[in-house]
This record gives sequence, structure tokens and C-alpha cells, in this order.
Amino acid sequence: MTLAPHEQLKGHDRPLDAKRVPRIRQARTTPPWWFALPALLLFAFVVLVPSARGVYYAFTDWDGLDPHFSFVGLDNFSDMLRDADATQALWHTLLIAVAITVIQNAVGLVLALGVNSAIKSRNMLRVFLFAPAVITPIVTAYLWRNLLGPDGAVNSMLGAIGLNGWEQDWLGDPDLALWAIVGVIVWQFAGYSMVIFLAGLQSVPREIHEAAAIDGAGPVRRFWSVTRPLLAPAFTINLMLSIIGGIKLFDQVYALTGGGPGHATDTLSTLIYKDAFTLGEFGYSIALAVVLTIIVAVVSTGQYLMLSRNERATS
Amino acid sequence: MNRYRRRTLALELAMIAGALFVAFPVYVLVNLAVRPTADTSSPISPTTSPTLDNFAQAWQQGALGGALANSVLVTMCSVVIVLAVSSLAAYPLARVTAHWARGTYLLVLLGLALPFQLASLPLYQTMRDLGLLGAPWALVLFYSGLQVPFTVFLYVGFLRALPRDFEDAALIDGCTPLQGFRYVVLPMLKPVTATALVLNAVAVWNDFFTPLLYLSGSAQQTLPVAIAGFVGQYVTDWNLIFAALVISILPVLVVYFLLQRSIISGFAGGLKG
Repeated sequence: MTLAPHEQLKGHDRPLDAKRVPRIRQARTTPPWWFALPALLLFAFVVLVPSARGVYYAFTDWDGLDPHFSFVGLDNFSDMLRDADATQALWHTLLIAVAITVIQNAVGLVLALGVNSAIKSRNMLRVFLFAPAVITPIVTAYLWRNLLGPDGAVNSMLGAIGLNGWEQDWLGDPDLALWAIVGVIVWQFAGYSMVIFLAGLQSVPREIHEAAAIDGAGPVRRFWSVTRPLLAPAFTINLMLSIIGGIKLFDQVYALTGGGPGHATDTLSTLIYKDAFTLGEFGYSIALAVVLTIIVAVVSTGQYLMLSRNERATS
Repeated sequence: MNRYRRRTLALELAMIAGALFVAFPVYVLVNLAVRPTADTSSPISPTTSPTLDNFAQAWQQGALGGALANSVLVTMCSVVIVLAVSSLAAYPLARVTAHWARGTYLLVLLGLALPFQLASLPLYQTMRDLGLLGAPWALVLFYSGLQVPFTVFLYVGFLRALPRDFEDAALIDGCTPLQGFRYVVLPMLKPVTATALVLNAVAVWNDFFTPLLYLSGSAQQTLPVAIAGFVGQYVTDWNLIFAALVISILPVLVVYFLLQRSIISGFAGGLKG
């Protein structure tokens, strides 16, 4: 078993292999380039051109309204280093992204192994555990804002089971609020990771598992030596999605804490929004967005290279 | 391995406990949404005299009907456009081996990595200059472009795994390229179109940041923005807010439970590719 499932799909069982079967050359016609035009125009208008303009504004002091603005070079970026709010937001962004990636995928993997077992309720559990992932994030965030409040359901629950000492103002305490946000996101998206792991698990052939069991491998050993390597593609997708999602996080922070108390939960995304639309520091705000872009690019490229090397090594 | 043992039962119970833990917030949500404002008992104790008043009030005061209609309109139009242009674009990008095609495909993939804040702030200026702020059509335009990279990515991956013999045969038989696409390629793309449809619809329906920027202050809101406005207005009246949240969650959950099989496999399959 050397082929990952997606490789099998991508060409190995193509009925005719172009290299081996001689063909009539004239039969090859290629679709015209202008098929790509509508999509490219939309993409250029919405993403490409504005992003390029964004990079330009990052070097100006534009307030977003005044037609007169000047080029300020790297000032916005050097201001950032002195801006405690910005450095703190950067730190929060990275912390949240890493915490979400680790916790969400660990929980998702455990859930996937659970619902991939012989339990009777597995189909129903899959449907229910995934359900939070389709609900609008801003809506679940408002729901949790109430649940985590001083008189909210979480504290009531803790009181009801005799853990009064654990009651907290979860979102009002600067030390806890960041972790409360992580918890809400894990609640919502662990099922999402689960589904992707599940898809990977279903490509693990049962025979190999049984052969390993006959050879005397326990469940942990079977997971580590048989399942884990075959899950490599699922890990790649899951880690990419959650870390990039974590870095760009906006809705949940906006609805849960609005970046507060103080700036205790501000991330780059919420700070970008505030600087641009409440403080009118458009140039500075877009410079923050450029930093965000660089982080996303570096993290995702690095992760992609690392994981695809792992994938090749294990599959 | 397939037998149901005591250990399996223990696992079953643990998993069900986990599911109940996940469902707990939803219980509280519904419990508070049907509770009269005067009732201030603990949020986890069952409501004694449930009422539907909150729903009627939230529906009217939050203008949720209009927001719902806007969300449906924006989602449907955006998804149709993005699927149409992306499948069409993916066809040459997957088949043509010339440099320009590879380069263009890489450029499109670059769009996957760009955070939306970078593009959407300058685009905000453009939309303002074009007088499009406050119009739902601005959102349709925005999503139609924003979702192109991801959708093209799905289609190209799928197309590259498809044999090209059917298209070749159709073209030899005298189809124009457009007819070949319409009658031969597009039907073969059905499975990936279903996946792309679900993933795009969820992304557009759930988006909050963009409509917050482009529709702020206008009467034409989408559901997430209307909910945010409603929460801001009725800060302390959580029973009313919860009723509004239930109203906004309900359509999504109904669609989800009706189509759960294909939605779950669509998510897994679409992202695995």
C-alpha cells in the first residue's frame, strides 16, 4: 500500500496513459484562453488590484478620505514596533492561531477515531458533532458571549455541579478572555476537523489494521504505525486550515469581546478594523494588513513544505 | 474488531456524553429564547411558562425578514456566478500546458493566501467611489471575485484527474469549444460542482466582515450584520437576542439536516483534494 488515496484518483487509473499509447496528434485541441477571462477579471477587480493598492497605501499616511496624502516610506512599519497595541495584537494572533490549531485538531482527531469505531450511534454523532461548524460564526459568538457572562449558563452549570469556586467572568478577565475565545472556536470547529480526519480514516484499509492486530500490535501501536501515516494528507489539510483561519480570525473576537477588556484580546484583524474605521488611520491599518499577509504567507508556505515532505516520507 | 464489546459500550457512552456537551449551548439558547423577560431564574433551569412572543418581536424589530431575503439573494447570485466563471476558467487552466496557463493558475492560487483585510480595505474605497456602498449587488460582485481562487482550485484538481478523451471526441465531431464545455465537460464536473456549491454557499452566507464594511448604515443588511445590529440595540435583553439568534440559525440547520450526508462528504472531499 504505497499510494495515498488522492494519488490513485489523480491519474494512476486514467484509462489511457498518454506516454504509452500512441495517439493521433491532430486529436489534441485545447480550450481557448478566453474561457478564463470572466473569472480573471473578477479576481483582478476584487482581489489582485486592491491587494496591490493596499501594499502601496501601506507606505502612505492616507486617512481613507482626504485626496491629499503623502508617501511616508517605512514609517508605518517602524511605528508598529513602538505601538504596544500592535505588538500585543501580533502576539495574540500567533497565540490564538497556535492554540486553536493544536487543540481543535487534537479534539477533532479523538472525535474522528470515536465515530469511526464500531459504536452504534456513530452516524448520528457525526451529524450532530459537525452541526456547529455550519452555523454562522458571528451567531455562535453572540450565543457564547451570553453563556460565558458572569450570570451565564457556564457559571450556572459550574454552580449546579458544586464547582462554585470555578465561576469566572470568563470574557471580562484579561487573563482568561483569550482562552475563552479559543474554547468557543474549538467548540464550533472541532467537528470540522473531525470530518476531514474521518475522510482520511476511511481510506485506511481494514486488512492492514487486522494484520497488525494479529501480529500483536496494541491499539496505540496500531494508531501510531498504521493509521497515523495514512492520515498524513488529512493532517496537512487540517493544520493548514486551522492555522490560517486562526491568523485571520475576526468575527468571533469582534462579537465575543470586541478586542477587550482593554486590548487584552485584540488580534491583528480587529486592530486593522478599528484603526481603519474608527481611528481613520487607513495607511497604518493597511500596513498592519501587510504584516498579516506576510505572516500568513510565511506560515502557510513553511507548513506546506514541512508537511508535504512528511507526507512523502510516510505514504 | 467488529464485535460489540464492553469497551465499545464505554466508548459509546463517552462519545454521547461528548455530543451532549456540544449540544448544551443549544439547549440554553432555545431555553432562553422561549422565556418571558420577567423570568430571571438560572439559564440552565427549564423555562416554566414558555412563550413565542420573543420570536415575533425579534422578527419585527430586527427587520430579520428583509435581512433573510438579502442573504438568500446575495448567496444565490454569488454562488451561481462564481461556479459559472470558475468552472469555465478551470477548463483551459487544467488542460493547457503552455506557460501562461501555469503562471495564471499560480497567480490565482496566490489569492488563496491573501487575507481578505488587505484587499477589502482598498476595495472599500473603490466601491465608495463607484457609489456601490450599501447595495447588495456590491456584495455579489465582491464574493464572485473573492471565491474564484478557491473554486478554480477545486475544479482544476478535479479536471486534471478526468480523462480528456470525451472532450477530444466531441471536438473532432465538430463541437465548438464552448459546446464541448457545456455538453461534455460540465456534466462530468457534477460531483465537484456539488462540493463547491456547498462550500461557497456556507462561506458567503456566514461572512460578516465584508457586509459589515460595505453595507454599514444602510437598510439593506445581510443576516449576520442584522443580528450584530440587533445585539447592539438590545444589549441586555438576552431573551429577545436569543430569539433572533434562533431565527437566524434555523434555516441553516434545516438545510443542513436535510442534506447532511452530502454536505459532510462535500466538506471532507472538497478539502481533501
